[in-house]
Amino acid sequence: MSCEEKKCQCCCGEENNQQKYDRIAEVIEKYKNREGSLIQVLHMAQSIFGYLPLELQKFIAEGMDKPLSEVSGVVTFYSFFSTEPRGEHTIRVCLGTACYVRGGKKLVDRLEEILEVKVGGTTKDQKFTFEVARCIGACGLAPAMMIDDVVYKQVNPDKLEAILAKY
Amino acid sequence: MINITINGKQVSVAEGSTILEAAKQNNIYIPNLCYLEGVHKFGSCRLCVVEVEGARNLQASCMVPVREGMVIKTNTEKVRKARKVLYELILSDHPKDCLSCERNQSCELQELGNRLGVTEARFEGEKSVGNEDFSPSITRDMSKCILCRRCITVCNEIQNVGILNAQNRGFKTVVGPAMDLPINTVNCAYCGQCTVVCPVGALKETDAIQDVWKAINDKKKRVVVQVAPAIRVAIGEEFGLEPGTIVTGKLATALREMGFDDVFDTNFTADLTIIEEGTEFLTRVKKALTGGEATLPMITSCSPGWIKYVEHAFPLELDHLSTCKSPHTMLGALAKSYYAEKINVDPKDMYVVSIMPCTAKKFEISRPEMQNNGVPNVDAVLTTRELAKMIKEAGIDFLNLEDGQYDNPLGLSSGAADIFGVTGGVMEAALRTVYELVTGRELPFDKLHVAPIVGLEQIKTADILIENPVEAYKFLDGFTVKVAVTSGLKGAKILLDQIAKGESPYHFIEVMGCPGGCISGGGQPRPTTPEIRQKRLDAIYREDEGKQLRKSHENEYVTKLYEEFLKTPNGHKSHELLHTHYTKRGKFNEYIGE
Ligand code: SF4
Ligand code: SF4
Ligand code: SF4
Ligand code: FES
Ligand code: FES
Repeated sequence: MSCEEKKCQCCCGEENNQQKYDRIAEVIEKYKNREGSLIQVLHMAQSIFGYLPLELQKFIAEGMDKPLSEVSGVVTFYSFFSTEPRGEHTIRVCLGTACYVRGGKKLVDRLEEILEVKVGGTTKDQKFTFEVARCIGACGLAPAMMIDDVVYKQVNPDKLEAILAKY
Repeated sequence: MINITINGKQVSVAEGSTILEAAKQNNIYIPNLCYLEGVHKFGSCRLCVVEVEGARNLQASCMVPVREGMVIKTNTEKVRKARKVLYELILSDHPKDCLSCERNQSCELQELGNRLGVTEARFEGEKSVGNEDFSPSITRDMSKCILCRRCITVCNEIQNVGILNAQNRGFKTVVGPAMDLPINTVNCAYCGQCTVVCPVGALKETDAIQDVWKAINDKKKRVVVQVAPAIRVAIGEEFGLEPGTIVTGKLATALREMGFDDVFDTNFTADLTIIEEGTEFLTRVKKALTGGEATLPMITSCSPGWIKYVEHAFPLELDHLSTCKSPHTMLGALAKSYYAEKINVDPKDMYVVSIMPCTAKKFEISRPEMQNNGVPNVDAVLTTRELAKMIKEAGIDFLNLEDGQYDNPLGLSSGAADIFGVTGGVMEAALRTVYELVTGRELPFDKLHVAPIVGLEQIKTADILIENPVEAYKFLDGFTVKVAVTSGLKGAKILLDQIAKGESPYHFIEVMGCPGGCISGGGQPRPTTPEIRQKRLDAIYREDEGKQLRKSHENEYVTKLYEEFLKTPNGHKSHELLHTHYTKRGKFNEYIGE
């Protein structure tokens, strides 16, 4: 990628990292002296930045005057925090008993091929984060998967590409 | 007082006591594992369960306070069974390689097994994976961790450094630095307080025993050993002696029997430190009072855990630190120059071993600043615990040894040097010398003890008024020297925050990284309870008072060292060998440049 193209990325209306950090700093300033506010700050920081990499955790630790190990302890405790960049959409393939038996694993294998990432990863174009779930309540119509809030039932591995194309 | 019944016996105990405490006071032992008296109560292991009448479930006695009329049973079939099962569950996730574990015979988990009469492990579970994580000072082996969280309490609440916390959740929980970073990449002070409280082989000092045996066995090496002041009042505990037993003489004999060529005393360079640091202090005060620029307060620099902490936490305040190296690195530097010349040995063929109460000193000797002409001042640091192990390994009958002597010219010391081992001691030793130098009179305190700075409080202060000084110090007439003393890194942060805000009223501050000072250092025998700490402290003052020589400037071998070699305090040679500079480190150990 040439320098110019790189530059372009940060000026097409998207907030750059500095601006994001500035906004997170405002959040910290506001919550800093409130007991037990670390989780809220981390939440808001994740919604601003998209995820919580180590560097951002350090920034928050320093701002909140808390040990970094405590901040990362909270981040790694709750599964809704992520330390890796997340895609625009989250795919969750069910590997609960019913889905597993009826071919959930095949969906996983096929998606790994199509998306070119392993479970837990995010595609290069940052479009999809690929995860697995344990039973999403559609056992009768297994195998099932979700993309964001939408549940797909009785998914045929050969139809996956068509489904993804909608996003 | 509250009346309760334990195992059929009616007793009354103080309000607010837990069941465990109440039982202990009445000579009933309830097995426990994660609980640590006076330090840590978390209730994670549940091994301390008891039956309480009216309660549906068994209760964790370390967490539950007694209530009026409570009826407690600590020894029923149900309780015994529950304990065994809980214990076996911990073991199911444990490596159990006791024979090769460094805590074999001193492990609280092992001991508890004996007490509970568990003879076999019935459950074999999935083992959490652990990799050893090494640093120059601390080694972590999380496969042995039983998640008691004592280390978290010590590192966060007592030391206020906050390196260790629980990461991840459920079966994947590990206790460690943020994001599973290795300990040598974060801002750990290497104080080792976590290694003192860890009940098992999960947190320990990084081993130097093998290196030292190798050096002793190497015919070409001249192996020099030195002992810190706090060892002589603590190592006896490793051989079953009462805490606070003084074993200075036996220690010298043991070291000689182990095969060390020269047995020196770090106390000697503690006396020397007083001369160098006292001179440095007076120079700074003189400058400040006579219109020059000088950074005050000056802070002592003999505790390397404290030094590493301040380099991370307050990189902009490093000019406040005395430039004196710590006493054992001074001794190493002199052994490999002054003494090596005397006995005609190439410094490269000399191997200096320091016996220290401290894990941070293992890191300190690896600093590039602690070298002269490319030769490290000190080659290996052994903790008190490691030395005890070596003495046992060597088959030496420590308890029946004759008293031996330390070797000159680096072996004689005053009582002022002994008290370097305890909080307030370095300051008192400095005042004994500085006051006398400035006024020509002895420090005006009973038995020379500066009472306000003696003891285990977190921050202690004293004001010393200077009146009628000798001619050379006329500028100090009527000046009140304000001093502060703290031990433990939590107190250090309080004093440093004042300095950073420009609000510190003090001229001279003593900081020791471990609570109570070196007597409760990270390398000292386990456990270090408040009573044991007090006994070691008392012993240090007894050792001081038992000496004729009480002041550093009266040590004739120090005088001789200046005449023959160093010439003047803070002179050219001193600067080259005995002084150092500090490194700015990032708050999270990120590189921050010069
Ligand atoms: S920590 Fe204790 S129980 Fe575990 S292997 Fe070491 S000695 Fe054995
Ligand atoms: S050595 Fe000290 S600072 Fe480092 S983890 Fe242990 S208690 Fe914390
Ligand atoms: S490392 Fe040791 S002290 Fe820390 S939680 Fe594990 S067993 Fe307890
Ligand atoms: S197992 Fe997949 S929806 Fe229940
Ligand atoms: S000792 Fe009471 S819960 Fe561990």
